[in-house]
Amino acid sequence: MLTKRIIPCLDVKDGRTVKGVNFVNLRDAGDAVELGAMYAAQGADELVYLDIAATVEGRSTFIDLVRRVAHTINIPFTVGGGISSIADVSALLHAGADKVSINSSAVRNPDLINELALEFGSQCIVVAIDTRYVETSEGVFEHIVHTHGGRKSTELRTIPWAKEVEDRGAGELLLTSMDTDGTKDGFALELTSTISANANIPVIASGGAGNMEHFYDVFTEGKADAGLAASIFHFREIDIPDLKQYLQNKALPMRMTK
Amino acid sequence: MKTVIIKYNAGNVQSVMYALDRIGIDYLYTDNEEEIRSADKVIFPGVGEASTTMSYLKEKGLDKLIPSLTQPVLGTCVGMQLMCRFSEENNTTCMGIFDVDVKRFPATPGIKVPHMGWNNITNYKSALTKDLIDNAYVYFVHSYAAPVCEYTVATCDYINPFSAMLHKDNFHAAQFHCEISGDIGQKILENFLKL
Repeated sequence: MLTKRIIPCLDVKDGRTVKGVNFVNLRDAGDAVELGAMYAAQGADELVYLDIAATVEGRSTFIDLVRRVAHTINIPFTVGGGISSIADVSALLHAGADKVSINSSAVRNPDLINELALEFGSQCIVVAIDTRYVETSEGVFEHIVHTHGGRKSTELRTIPWAKEVEDRGAGELLLTSMDTDGTKDGFALELTSTISANANIPVIASGGAGNMEHFYDVFTEGKADAGLAASIFHFREIDIPDLKQYLQNKALPMRMTK
Repeated sequence: MKTVIIKYNAGNVQSVMYALDRIGIDYLYTDNEEEIRSADKVIFPGVGEASTTMSYLKEKGLDKLIPSLTQPVLGTCVGMQLMCRFSEENNTTCMGIFDVDVKRFPATPGIKVPHMGWNNITNYKSALTKDLIDNAYVYFVHSYAAPVCEYTVATCDYINPFSAMLHKDNFHAAQFHCEISGDIGQKILENFLKL
């Protein structure tokens, strides 16, 4: 049976992982390759590496890191951060990444999704959507797509945007709720469920995981295919083998490696 | 031992190379007929679309070369599908090593296609699955699959049971990605390299 996936996310700057609460106040959580290898050994189903600096100098460091990660770990991994062209994607895939995640550049130029899917295949194109529930200029509350690490609001409504990126050829959605991210109060279940039920591609839920039950909730009520978290794994608040055992005990299909 | 990875217009070859590096095997990445014929083991990887990859193979004459090989050959993912007779993906006539047609997963309410992620394989009876634990989990990403047939040596279930692995004479194939399927995938690759 196809399993639910547990995905640690490693935010990377200068080859090291960092994680901020609500994307500020960065804290160092260690060497990116070593940490990834540890998660793979613990039974993580996939990894996501985000280049949070995404500057020109940082880019070559990041590609070097991608190469080292691909060489070391034997599970799939996705890379993202500052990807805006076919050339960027080509460099990362050639370095050994299995998938790439695009976010702001897809909002800026939605045709990029079509172009990347055509060039590399949908299976390796993940579109990340950062969303926040905000009051619009018409005075109603809506889920609105945000970019630049959640700092910048766009005109796009989240639910139709999720459908659009799928229609344009995205192979997977990485949905981060900026409302729940960093709170440890649980994933945005209702929104995740709506988007996953509408989608025919897998949805990775992100933002808000604080305990093991939150993962259970996002896989059942939230209908997510995968759950992503960062700091709770980096700071050992939840151990991946314990989490997977817990979810399996609650009858969710999990890949048990031990 | 000489191991060759067949060079063509498929993605993800880098991951296969890294997987062989982790095992500690030297390899050559080439589309040269002499080099491929003289190899002890041939790996035919693949991520891509059936018709585009198949026309590239034809252009290079690889569509005739691959079926004529006599040493152990391992095709993975699209590599496996191209070794079948036909693929519904853009109605592509493939190499016909395995006399079976690759079909798209049927649209089924509430079930997503592509089949993406970790799924367990069962009923295995291949030299490549020697010493594998039961119900081993491997990583799949595909929208098309070969049905269970006389060449099936491992099955997986998604919507319907389908062929996770095929075997005929010196030809072996896996629908999943051995190179990123954790320790299980590595074991399967090692078993192939030991043939």
